[in-house]
Amino acid sequence: MTRTFLGMPATAPPGVGQLRGTEPFPSAARRSLADPQLRRNLGHATTTIRAKSAGVIAEVPDWERLREAGRAIKADVLARLPELLEQLEARVSAAGGVVHWAADANEANRIVTDLVRATGSDRVIKVKSMVTQEIGLNEALAEAGIEPVETDLAELIVQLGDDRPSHILVPAIHRNRAEIREIFLRAMPGVDPALTDEPAALAAVARGYLRQTFLTTRVAVSGANFAVAETGTLAVVESEGNGRMCLTLPDTLITVMGVEKVVPTWRDLEVFLQLLPRASTGERMNPYTSMWTGVTPGDGPQAFHLVLLDNGRSAVLADEVGRQALYCIRCSACLNVCPVYERTGGHAYGSVYPGPIGAVLSPQLTGVADNASLPYASSLCGACYDACPVKINIPELLVQLRDQAPHPRTEAAAMAAAAYTMDRPRLYEAAQRAVRLSRLAGRRGRGLPPPLDGWTGSRDLPDPPAQTFRQWWAGR
Amino acid sequence: MNSRDLVLGRLRAALAGGGPAAAGEVPRDYRHTGTLDLDQLVQRLTDYRAQVHRVAGHAVADTIAAILPAGATVVVPPGLPPDWLPTTVTVRPDDGLDNGQIAAADAVVTAATVAVAETGTVVLDGSPDQGRRVLSLLPDLHVCVVRADQVVATVPEALARLVPHRPLTWISGPSATSDIELNRVEGVHGPRTLHVIVLA
Repeated sequence: MTRTFLGMPATAPPGVGQLRGTEPFPSAARRSLADPQLRRNLGHATTTIRAKSAGVIAEVPDWERLREAGRAIKADVLARLPELLEQLEARVSAAGGVVHWAADANEANRIVTDLVRATGSDRVIKVKSMVTQEIGLNEALAEAGIEPVETDLAELIVQLGDDRPSHILVPAIHRNRAEIREIFLRAMPGVDPALTDEPAALAAVARGYLRQTFLTTRVAVSGANFAVAETGTLAVVESEGNGRMCLTLPDTLITVMGVEKVVPTWRDLEVFLQLLPRASTGERMNPYTSMWTGVTPGDGPQAFHLVLLDNGRSAVLADEVGRQALYCIRCSACLNVCPVYERTGGHAYGSVYPGPIGAVLSPQLTGVADNASLPYASSLCGACYDACPVKINIPELLVQLRDQAPHPRTEAAAMAAAAYTMDRPRLYEAAQRAVRLSRLAGRRGRGLPPPLDGWTGSRDLPDPPAQTFRQWWAGR
Repeated sequence: MNSRDLVLGRLRAALAGGGPAAAGEVPRDYRHTGTLDLDQLVQRLTDYRAQVHRVAGHAVADTIAAILPAGATVVVPPGLPPDWLPTTVTVRPDDGLDNGQIAAADAVVTAATVAVAETGTVVLDGSPDQGRRVLSLLPDLHVCVVRADQVVATVPEALARLVPHRPLTWISGPSATSDIELNRVEGVHGPRTLHVIVLA
């Protein structure tokens, strides 16, 4: 008999949104690794961003202090999350906004769909938002006959290419300029075939393509980078101006945010507005940041809805060590420095949250069993921890999650056999002789026989030495 | 149980079950102020492809006349100082212009509330000399006039000067994207040309 405890921390439900891949990381990664174009694109992009980011971080003499402040603010947020959310709700409501609570992806999708339906609009313009990707909002809207239009350039490239995002900041990072040109020519009606693959020309085409849509769509959906509990202020950080369009032009604005995005005070923004741009796009400041508090009469949307989403976050919060994954400000610095991400790209991770942060966040949001291979998608080199602007100890979390993940029975059997053998010197010597025999038998380079071939499928088996240490010692 | 109680109940249960949360005092020993340097503001704005003009207060109109071709249509917020505008352009004050009229203008001229030298940022807060947010968004060219006493060195100083409940737009250079091969390219949906006039 199952009893559902209402009010107990819960993981994100399956069957909706994009937190679970369809196959384990190793098999998905193998496909990415075999794509030389993808690897060239990723190598080029991550090298560029690492250099840019390092340059602007070096300009800030108090970077380490800002990181420590950012980490401490986020730890404080999690410790006081319920009261801060209630405070945010009160401030947003007092400023003319309407606050909704969503326990999971299904509920959030239903709330947003109903709100859009109530306006009578059959189209929404969207600001790039990880959380609406996480909950599969576009699919839910489309099913309800509402067309979601992604307005961020990279999201537009992904949407027009019928593709999946592969990076937190630059979802089309796996596409180069020539591929983007082809997608535009194929999917945008009326594009001049003489279009070049110059980035400026491609950006100009996107400007023309979306302008009329911006001016005629009456509802927008956004995420949020920060929400200030003390003032009820929401902040969206962006580059292109598509965010400003969505946050300014429509009559109705619907913002979906994960509960962990709240910060206690206005002053806290002084830390994150320094950390985020330098760690993410490698800029001193991103071109545009919009901040709004409820509704401003005569300026911008006159109806504002804020949807506060759990969808597994309470389950992450319940783990004393694991909860630091909720500090994440979605800068993607950990992706850009990760030797695994740089080679496999984002699709191999299955979830919308790829790279090191995805490897610790996705399994916690869904429960480890549903993303069991992700904690292993790392060499534990620690570059992600060094790069993280809010000091999430990703290697520590990876190790903890590996411990929690279900282990194959062959692994347990092999470990038990090894322990038994190593406890018994004669048996150990016999085993070493057997290994040496295998050398003579010519198994070299072919890996282990089943069922142990799982180990050697992605690793070279070292050649056994001609003489063991014990043999050398005995014959000395 | 409604969803509000459900979510809040889950979060409370998570905190109760997960042991004591390690939330100490937030260390605020990072820099709060800096040495104000107008040259730095100019350099940082220029670095992100804004065009910067340093002029005396009486020279704003002449500077704008040199930026905009004669006969250009310019939308302006209702409270913009009239002597900033040259006679060579057609001025449309925002007395409730619709989005089509704003989008059709060649340029917009606004004041600012704060500028941040270290990051090359100007901030607009919807005051009468800055106008509604849409005004500085739809025209392809934005001229923003900043007084020297509005410039601060650091981001913390800027936040301290701003009023949170006003609609705020932080602008650091013209519209740009890093979405194609992670290279910064200027010019997507916002104004593709940004002129900042810094008054000495």
